[in-house]
Amino acid sequence: MAQGVLKEGIAPGRLDPGQYATNFADLHEPLDRHEAFVEADRCYFCYDAPCMNACPTAIDIPLFIREISTGNPLGAAETIFEQNILGGMCARVCPTEQLCEEACVREEAEGKPVRIGLLQRYATDIAMSQKAQFFERAPSTGKTIAVVGAGPAGLAAAHRLAVKGHDVVMFDARPKAGGLNEYGIASYKSTDGFAQAEVDYVTAIGGIEIINGKALGKDFTLDELQEKYDAVFLGMGLGGVNALRAENEDSAGVRNAVDFIAELRQASDLAALPVGRRVVVIGGGMTAVDAAVQSKLLGADEVTMVYRRGKEHMSASPFEQDLASAKGVTIRHWMAPKRVLTDGSKVTGIELAYTTLVDGRLVETGETTIVIADQVLKAIGQTLASDGGGLSLAGGKIEVDDEGRTSVPGIWAGGDCATGGDDLTVTAVAEGRDAAESMHRYLSGGANG
Amino acid sequence: MADLRNNFVGIKSPNPFWLASAPPTDKAYNVVRAFKAGWGGVVWKTLGEEGPPVVNVNGPRYGAIFGADRRLLGLNNIELITDRSLQLNLQEMKQVKMDWPDRALVASIMVPCEENAWKAILPLVEETGADGIELNFGCPHGMSERGMGAAVGQVPEYIEMVVRWCKQYTRMPVITKLTPNIADIRKPARAAKAGGTDAVSLINTINSIVAVDLDDFAPVPTVGGKGTHGGYCGPAVKPIALNMVAEIARDPETYGLPISGIGGVTTWRDAAEFIALGAGNVQVCTAVMTYGFKIVDEMISGLSNWMDEKGHRDLEAITGRAVRNVTDWQYLDLEYIAKAKIDQDLCIKCGRCHIACEDTSHQAITKQKDGKRHFEVMNDECVGCNLCVNVCPVDDCITMEALPVGSVDERTGRIVTGKYANWTSHPNNPNARPAVVEPAE
Repeated sequence: MAQGVLKEGIAPGRLDPGQYATNFADLHEPLDRHEAFVEADRCYFCYDAPCMNACPTAIDIPLFIREISTGNPLGAAETIFEQNILGGMCARVCPTEQLCEEACVREEAEGKPVRIGLLQRYATDIAMSQKAQFFERAPSTGKTIAVVGAGPAGLAAAHRLAVKGHDVVMFDARPKAGGLNEYGIASYKSTDGFAQAEVDYVTAIGGIEIINGKALGKDFTLDELQEKYDAVFLGMGLGGVNALRAENEDSAGVRNAVDFIAELRQASDLAALPVGRRVVVIGGGMTAVDAAVQSKLLGADEVTMVYRRGKEHMSASPFEQDLASAKGVTIRHWMAPKRVLTDGSKVTGIELAYTTLVDGRLVETGETTIVIADQVLKAIGQTLASDGGGLSLAGGKIEVDDEGRTSVPGIWAGGDCATGGDDLTVTAVAEGRDAAESMHRYLSGGANG
Repeated sequence: MADLRNNFVGIKSPNPFWLASAPPTDKAYNVVRAFKAGWGGVVWKTLGEEGPPVVNVNGPRYGAIFGADRRLLGLNNIELITDRSLQLNLQEMKQVKMDWPDRALVASIMVPCEENAWKAILPLVEETGADGIELNFGCPHGMSERGMGAAVGQVPEYIEMVVRWCKQYTRMPVITKLTPNIADIRKPARAAKAGGTDAVSLINTINSIVAVDLDDFAPVPTVGGKGTHGGYCGPAVKPIALNMVAEIARDPETYGLPISGIGGVTTWRDAAEFIALGAGNVQVCTAVMTYGFKIVDEMISGLSNWMDEKGHRDLEAITGRAVRNVTDWQYLDLEYIAKAKIDQDLCIKCGRCHIACEDTSHQAITKQKDGKRHFEVMNDECVGCNLCVNVCPVDDCITMEALPVGSVDERTGRIVTGKYANWTSHPNNPNARPAVVEPAE
């Protein structure tokens, strides 16, 4: 029997068992064949298409849409995968309303862009379900490259390197590959084990070995990698989590949102996952939204997102903000956490300070308020887990040039752990892919690394 | 409210929208539904001679081509004339005409090219009270293999002969339906006129293979692994039909011969265009086969509202109004100079105008200005071809603007004289002669 949303404290099984599947179903239903044709017909096949220029991986969008419209979904998938081997996941998680679909001329014409993301999903789903592979490996170069982190950046780099004929050994700290695709994205964006299916699809090209449960700085060092491999790509993301710097932050009931999300993604039975009756999520980014919405979907009665600046400063896209609101999440702006209130070891609420901008600087106004809560999730940004191991850092990330080269020759980096990009899956893919091209040139005796 | 009443060679109907002889008019059930829906008249599905009726295939009869969202743009069929008995059709026609005296009911007929065959059937049709007959010289498939339909329509002498028989053996008005599967549509029209026809109707369907099934490697529609050419119709054929109607309307030999316009009429606007090019009324088929009979509501309302808006009181006020403006290329004004103009406020920056012009025309549209995406016509390169207008997805975003008299065409450096001049007197024309204005009709 469901415990219900009113059950006090942090409890599992708040909903009827059948409700979980409904709540965590695909956020956007995939297009069927007819819907895809209708949508594809809306594309104007623009010259030097703005959508393509807005795509961080520069997928030839008009071409793949035209291929869909002529009944050639495999051709469409090939067009997509040529630029972005993780086109399937990007079709699901890209903030398209800020990228390709924002640039679509139909957005300007009628406020209704071609639904590029869904079309991309249509084509890539067909290709992946048929296990259609479009790339053949070049003859072996005899080189082996270490890739640290089997997330989007690492997978994109590994695939491109494998295509070029190099062998790749990937190391990932987690038990499964996929990185944030597997552990960090709301589950309604990646249903039915898609992240793993994509890892399998990407690595099916061959020449890619994945070693799980091995972390840089713990199980091996950069020096060791450099010694053993012909080149190194770092794409391990941001393993650390920023602290709230609020009193009682260590209380039971206060948790990192990324851990909450990871646990949820790995859960075999969502009904067994405990969630608070009243949940407060601190932060204004995608992770905060994912945590807040999923708390609600797990049956939390009240979920409040608290962000220290205004709506316009939130890094969660407007679409994500609307999604949170639509799912019943309350978003409160201009508030910063001061103190977690506890009763013994249990969280009872959070004291928040009102904030404002003074001369462009965020300050507390001196007024405070209390939000009752039994669970607090922290989503205020992540940091590099290690100190960089001798690589130059910038803004807390590994400094790279526009080809992904770090300050140390022979080592490249990309994705969230490196400078540049927008901490999006799609930018990580672009960085991994481009770094692979750079590494290939280096290994082929061209421009040095 | 505009007066839409129609009088076509003495056949009266409350509006100029008739259903063409085709599946929608094959039996009383359909025709009564059409009349209830508001259709002005019908041409009953083609009758054959007495005796066992023809048979149709028992597999697919239709094939189609589609636009966006499976919008049907062209339909082809391999159906033959009515496969019901002559007597049954005649009985139903008589009953329907009695029940619907204000609607036009015309019988389409196709019998062998023998005088006796026509002589035999005409009195039977006349007895039904039908308002007229339409001679089916058009069907390009099936019946033509038996020496009928288009096989007759492609030989002007046969047309003239059969029309003459019909005029001889019936008092009913004779409408001769023409096939477009012929090099010069004026020839059969002239023959029909010579035979004494009261009117022509056109076009019948166009010979076509609408698609090939790439799994079976067979034409569509595929019947037991094989296909055959069928008659093509629907919106896709309208331009061909309009030209053929205009050719007959402006031919000095057939000028004034009443025309019933057929071919892709789908909306009131299509109908108005046929009428403007000289059609006295229109016949519709594919549109109702796609959407049902109800579309006549839109056609009546649309035509009426447009006529009211423009101050045209009745159909006569618009019939043939565009005929005088259809001319030969050689008489087009070479001193009329137009340039494309892109409305930057309406432009959505898709760039289709640019790439069409750049790749396939005159390299007259920019793609950038000050480093930004910007599409603008370069008047010194633009020949005024109109391609950009046609490929632009936005209504009225690109327009063709005529250069005013006295201004300079930046492409040629010549001053616009505003004086009409055509090819007949152009210095590049080896056969140039002193300026000839288009001969009067």
